[in-house]
Amino acid sequence: MGEPVVIEAQGIHKRFRIPKHRINSFKERAVHPLARIEYRDLQALRDVSFDVRKGEFFGVVGRNGSGKSTLLKVMASIYRADAGRIRMAGRLAPFIELGVGFNPDLTARDNVVLNGVMMGLSRREAARRLDAVLDFAELEEFLELPLKNYSSGMLVRLAFAVMVQADADIMLIDEVLAVGDASFAQKCANTFRDMRDVGKTIVLVTHDMATVEEYCHRAMLIDEGEVRYMGDPGQVSRRYLRLNFERAAGDEDEQDYEGQTGTEDARIVRGWLEDSAGEHVTNLEHGDTIRFRAEVEGVRAVSDPSFGFMIRDADGVNVAGFGTHLESGEDEPAKSLDPGERVRIAADIENPLNPGRYTLDFWVCRNRNVTDVVVAVRRMITFVVFGSVWAPGIVSLKARLEAVPQEGVHQEEARE
Amino acid sequence: MTGFGTTAENPELRDVRGPSATGGGWRRFADLLYLIAVTDFKKSYFGTVLGYFWSLARPVLLFAVLLAVFTQVFRIGSQVENYPVLLLLNIVMFGFFQEATVAAVTSVVAQEGVVRKTQFPRLVIPLAVVLTALFNLGMNLIAVFAFILAYGVEPAWTWLLFPLPAVALFVFTTAVAMILSSLYVRFRDVAIIWSVLVAVLFYGTPILYPLEVVPDTLHDFLMVNPLTPIFEQMRAWIIDPGAPGAVDAAGGVLYLLPALAMYMGICALAVWVFNREAPRIAEEL
Repeated sequence: MGEPVVIEAQGIHKRFRIPKHRINSFKERAVHPLARIEYRDLQALRDVSFDVRKGEFFGVVGRNGSGKSTLLKVMASIYRADAGRIRMAGRLAPFIELGVGFNPDLTARDNVVLNGVMMGLSRREAARRLDAVLDFAELEEFLELPLKNYSSGMLVRLAFAVMVQADADIMLIDEVLAVGDASFAQKCANTFRDMRDVGKTIVLVTHDMATVEEYCHRAMLIDEGEVRYMGDPGQVSRRYLRLNFERAAGDEDEQDYEGQTGTEDARIVRGWLEDSAGEHVTNLEHGDTIRFRAEVEGVRAVSDPSFGFMIRDADGVNVAGFGTHLESGEDEPAKSLDPGERVRIAADIENPLNPGRYTLDFWVCRNRNVTDVVVAVRRMITFVVFGSVWAPGIVSLKARLEAVPQEGVHQEEARE
Repeated sequence: MTGFGTTAENPELRDVRGPSATGGGWRRFADLLYLIAVTDFKKSYFGTVLGYFWSLARPVLLFAVLLAVFTQVFRIGSQVENYPVLLLLNIVMFGFFQEATVAAVTSVVAQEGVVRKTQFPRLVIPLAVVLTALFNLGMNLIAVFAFILAYGVEPAWTWLLFPLPAVALFVFTTAVAMILSSLYVRFRDVAIIWSVLVAVLFYGTPILYPLEVVPDTLHDFLMVNPLTPIFEQMRAWIIDPGAPGAVDAAGGVLYLLPALAMYMGICALAVWVFNREAPRIAEEL
């Protein structure tokens, strides 16, 4: 690409000094005047260098705590880098989150102007673009309504519209591609394509690989504060998933689950998801069968035990629940789980889940009575469903759809 | 559809300097300051039906109580020329200082979202608080001067000098606001400490009494207070031409030096502390 470089970062270092014991008041300082404060150093960024050219969509990918948000904050002048140099050309929208600085007591009009100025417009310019913002957000009739009376969907739309209309040359964005209802999300997606086409430069931080592969020209993978890979978004996304896989495969041993509740007459030894080859996984591709496995050990005798689990989405909404009980032969009395005895639970579940993060709760009950919980763990497993499809809602259901013109109805009438 | 402007051709690469007190350009600084101060002011005046009277109510009530106490109980008031209007003016002026500094303490922390998630010139936050209080002061002063005239004080040419002590007070208030707002990020007991100190200052400044009635033992303490000369000079210029100005009340120019040094020192400290803390605020929060 022959386009000029508009963001140039060289050797960025950022370290946070986290005091082991935080002194929050003058009183503490006065009581322990000589106490040395011990610090724990957290190296958030290590020698990060990259260039972004004009008109590029540049993705920054990394796990939580990898340093990607710190990098964005250093670029936005929210944090100061300890070493290194960043240079930029053109006007930057210094926002990393939408709707920051909205004042709930002020009307949409005042907030749009204020936010526009924060984005780097002059007061006059911000006022001039007011109509365009409200038009884009489809909120013209709520111009004089204080924001505290807005719904959250309306707020997001307004914030997104301000950002779009602020028309900065460079934008730093932290996970905000799909906002509002489905039709507005579509509008956002179109807007991003438009921005890319007119040559806006966008740095996008995300852990949604579908977004990276769909929008970004180039991407960078950060882990533990270091650049691990830079280049083709497809590569970056594969390396990112592999990185997650390696992390998860590390703990094969028995797990000591925190938050086991119930009478604890049984113990959950371990639980995991595996792929068709029997490897432990924490990421499933959209459509892959969910293979849930768990082992339970009796502590005291549990009569006629049953095992249940619940898949929940990132918001904690129950998606689907399943249960079974200990197998016994025909005509045999119900089994019981004896002390020291181990039971293995296996469940293969069809996977209609849309890409996103999910958790799995697991519990054991006595006498097939769901209120008599022997042991339960919430969020025993966290897993991510990935895929390049984007679909609204939690699950994709099989469906046959058709749209057929009606016989005998004239076209003009049909339009009405 | 969205009408993006085409970006300027090949603008120059410029260094990103990180967060600071005034980062982001002076025009943006001024626009933000103006917008925030004006919207806050509008909110307090137009949000309630009786906005203006409401903002006058506090100083007037305080004034009524103190006037009753110091003319009827302690009788200090009867020795002082035009005591009621002097008291009223002093209370309103000190009210500005108090309102602005107390509100400034928590201001930066209250704007946490803005500080942590955008590049925002940090100085705008306490400055906007002081500016809002200044607008309030302006509104209150209209009532105060109407009262002064109604009381029968002759307008003098020295009234034109009123902006001098007012600006001196404004600058000092800003300096204190900067120190408090940046320290509060790290030391949360600043709010409590300041609420006590501001009460001490209220009695340690010639507000209820003129400087000349203060016995010598306390006089020296008052002369270190940077607010003392400001209030004394205001009295001579506005209320009572016969009163000694700041210089005479102090007993000579030399005696003004401690207060002046204190004033300059606090202003310098404010600039230093705020500049030092500004880049770190986002990390400390």
